Amino acid sequence: MSTDWEVVIGLEVHTQLATKSKIFSGSSTAYGAEPNTQASLIDLGYPGVLPVLNAEVVRMAAKFGLAVNATVAPRSIFARKNYFYPDLPKGYQISQLELPIVEHGELFIRDESGAEKRIGITRAHLEEDAGKSLHERFDKMSGIDLNRAGTPLLEIVSEPEMSSAKEAVAYMRKIHSIVRYLEISDGNMQEGSFRCDANVSVRPRGQKELGTRTEIKNLNSFRFVEKAINFEVERQIELIEDGGEVRLETRLYDSAKDETRPMRSKEEANDYRYFPDPDLLPVELDAEFIEAVRKTLPELPDAKKQRFVDQYQLKSADAEILTVSRALADYFETTAEKSAAVAQVAANWIVGGLSAALNKDGLDIRNSKIAADELAGLLDRIEDETISGKIAKEVFDAMWLGEGSADEIIAEKGLKQITDTGAIEKIVAAVIEANPGQATDYRAGKEKLLGFFVGQVMKETGGKANPGQVNEIIKRKLAE
Amino acid sequence: MGAAKEIHQRSLAELARGLDAGDFSSRELTVALLARIDEHQARLNAFITITGEEALARADIADKARASGDAGPLNGLPIAYKDLFCTKDVLTTCGSRILENFVSPYDATVVERLNSAGAVMLGKTNMDEFAMGSSNETSYYGPVTNPWNTKLSPGGSSGGSAAAVAARLTPAATGTDTGGSIRQPAALTGTVGLKATYGRVSRFGMVAFASSLDQAGVITRTAEDAAMLMGVMAGFDKRDSTSVDHPVADYVGGLSRPVKGLKIGIVRQHFDEGLDADCAEKVNAALAALKAEGATLIEIDLPNIDLSVPTYYVVAPAECSSNLSRFDGVRFGRRSENSEDLLDLYSRSRGEGFGAEVKRRIMTGTYVLSAGYYDAYYLKAQKVRQLISQDFRKAFANVDVIAGPTAPTTAFAIGEKTDDPITMYLNDIYTIGANLAGLPGISVPCGFADGLPVGLQLVGPHFAEEAILACAHQYQQLTDWHEQAPGEFA
Repeated sequence: MSTDWEVVIGLEVHTQLATKSKIFSGSSTAYGAEPNTQASLIDLGYPGVLPVLNAEVVRMAAKFGLAVNATVAPRSIFARKNYFYPDLPKGYQISQLELPIVEHGELFIRDESGAEKRIGITRAHLEEDAGKSLHERFDKMSGIDLNRAGTPLLEIVSEPEMSSAKEAVAYMRKIHSIVRYLEISDGNMQEGSFRCDANVSVRPRGQKELGTRTEIKNLNSFRFVEKAINFEVERQIELIEDGGEVRLETRLYDSAKDETRPMRSKEEANDYRYFPDPDLLPVELDAEFIEAVRKTLPELPDAKKQRFVDQYQLKSADAEILTVSRALADYFETTAEKSAAVAQVAANWIVGGLSAALNKDGLDIRNSKIAADELAGLLDRIEDETISGKIAKEVFDAMWLGEGSADEIIAEKGLKQITDTGAIEKIVAAVIEANPGQATDYRAGKEKLLGFFVGQVMKETGGKANPGQVNEIIKRKLAE
Repeated sequence: MGAAKEIHQRSLAELARGLDAGDFSSRELTVALLARIDEHQARLNAFITITGEEALARADIADKARASGDAGPLNGLPIAYKDLFCTKDVLTTCGSRILENFVSPYDATVVERLNSAGAVMLGKTNMDEFAMGSSNETSYYGPVTNPWNTKLSPGGSSGGSAAAVAARLTPAATGTDTGGSIRQPAALTGTVGLKATYGRVSRFGMVAFASSLDQAGVITRTAEDAAMLMGVMAGFDKRDSTSVDHPVADYVGGLSRPVKGLKIGIVRQHFDEGLDADCAEKVNAALAALKAEGATLIEIDLPNIDLSVPTYYVVAPAECSSNLSRFDGVRFGRRSENSEDLLDLYSRSRGEGFGAEVKRRIMTGTYVLSAGYYDAYYLKAQKVRQLISQDFRKAFANVDVIAGPTAPTTAFAIGEKTDDPITMYLNDIYTIGANLAGLPGISVPCGFADGLPVGLQLVGPHFAEEAILACAHQYQQLTDWHEQAPGEFA
């Protein structure tokens, strides 16, 4: 990318709120049901039916607002966004326009240089999701599944303050982390519970006014956000450098081709004719309600990370990784609390071996095959020198396969570290005797050979000898 | 007087007493009225659907309930529903072709409440399409005729309900009033029409025309009957967020409240040149009668009331343009055959399904909400609406009820105003203010001009149904206009 260009990105993140029932009806929001089995007369937009606001949705939105240091509006109103589409049963979507429930928030990410950067959150508003049109399964016809219709969404709109695809991803990850901490969304991207639209523009560095933006719709993975923005930035720069102009338009990202392309213009030429929905009363929240919600706020990622650094003396980078999700952070804390080992050791194991094993099996920390107290049990055996770090990896693998606790596996496989000096001395003597040439060379000053002897002793003991002791004994014996 | 009356001539209250006394069964009553409906349907076209079988089945249930001492407050009493109240397993057309095949899978709250009180549904009454009209001529199912002169319109949009009650086909029918649609037809047919306070009766299951104005009510021949029904229909419904959790008064018990001491506001603007002289005379005579009973008449001013019709014709179409979007031929109702693609399916289904007046209002509403026009029309109309509400609030600081004419003229000929929407709209000039301000209103018969009924309108403060019902009832104790039946249908 040419450095003459400055990139400006704003994101609209659509978060599905984790309520049991829909925003304006009692239908279930559970994912994956047979088409149209979770659509009531209200979701179907039948004549005469009326929406009734799910109070839980309001509580969740307020919680988000407080978590991002925003204003939770004492009065917000629902408006109708009018357009025709078969998966929009009423011919309008109930959303919020002029008075959204949340305004003027912020969060902090790391920019490309690693420095902290504030990103403003313009607003977050409540709305209902539409249904789904299915075009593939029906010959010359479309199927409509309205299970999704009426699912509560919180649309979180950022200021255009991100200046690279990486920052956009960092912002989106932060939102993802916050909504999951708050337990207001499962954040499941495969199921569409968390997705975003990206507004992207470029301008010559130093120029004040913004370039013409395009909006990339419906990005449902962090990777796609990054790739789509990168593609779009390059496309816009190339276009301008070739003397063209960026058109204000909506584009779709095609992940198979790794490109964005414009949506049909027919789909964007809508005048939505927003007006306040006369079927719903304004949402009025008093200070008491807001304070009650504030009391339910959990410790949030940034605060938790700082606490991990202060309380456990963790490396900042590890603290950041461990606090991405509440479940991971809890796992760490349980392990650290239950184990006699230094907390950083627990962190190393979780960020290292455990994360690798989870990734390999495609598991979430909540489904880890080794529970936090079990991992603590393993760390304690390292701490009390029952096993070496190297053997510990072997024990970990066995634990992962469900072969038992650390103690059971150590006992069963006879992995207990040999710490009996006499026993180690015997083995060392035998190794020196078996390798007279190397012993002579070592004594002549080739001290690098120490590693060779250690290796041989470890091989003889199946890695069970205490490495510190082995080192010391070899040195002593060869000096004799 | 009561003993000599035939069954169809009796009011709901009289029928209730007859049923209690065992003078007749609910089945006998239902059979008699169904026969009358059958006899006069061709001439009046008051019904879209007649639910004879269901009615008899319900009447039998009611008779059994009565026998076992398990009778609800309206046990075995007949009622007809304006065809925009959803009725389970019964056609609910809204007077529109687009719902010609729509059988509702559920009951409206109003229907549910009346059913559980034991009421017997006789059928669904004709109406202006989606309640848009003041003459019942916009119905896809043909115009309703006025029992007082079948060349004339019964008014609208609840014209079928009004004609059915006036012709003694049913003692009571529900209606809805978005901009006079209960009170104006009641005035034009010599019946009582009560529109409740906005939020008093649940709108759940009433097919929406303009959500911020729509409110249910009843058409009966007496205020007493209206009170009986309102006592059952009114009340909070958690399925309608705009319904209000306000205690329901004992409306029947409150009817005995005397007129003496009542402060009645007379709106200066309602007696200007727009009002037919004969109508004015009857309304003034009614006011004089109330004064003679001890009421005080106080002239009041509603400075912005002249703006109510234009305000209404921005707000109501705006909401209707959005409310009617769901009629797209996709999930229910009529779907046009042979459409080429999605857009074609929409335009054909809606083009063929909606009539001219509905289209006119959808177009108007779409226009006033469009980018660039919203502030000038919709927003401004909302501001004027606030001013009109304020005018009423100020007026009610000094008076208990506001009285005046319900409509500027008596019934007009079918076809007379169809080509001139503005004149048609002006028929609701005295009623629309109450809708914009969400106030309860009632029209009560107050005489005849050239043999055609004239209505006196009473409007009360929010939730003052009791006061206007009592005043109307007391007036009916002094007069017998409501006992006079149209000759052919006596």
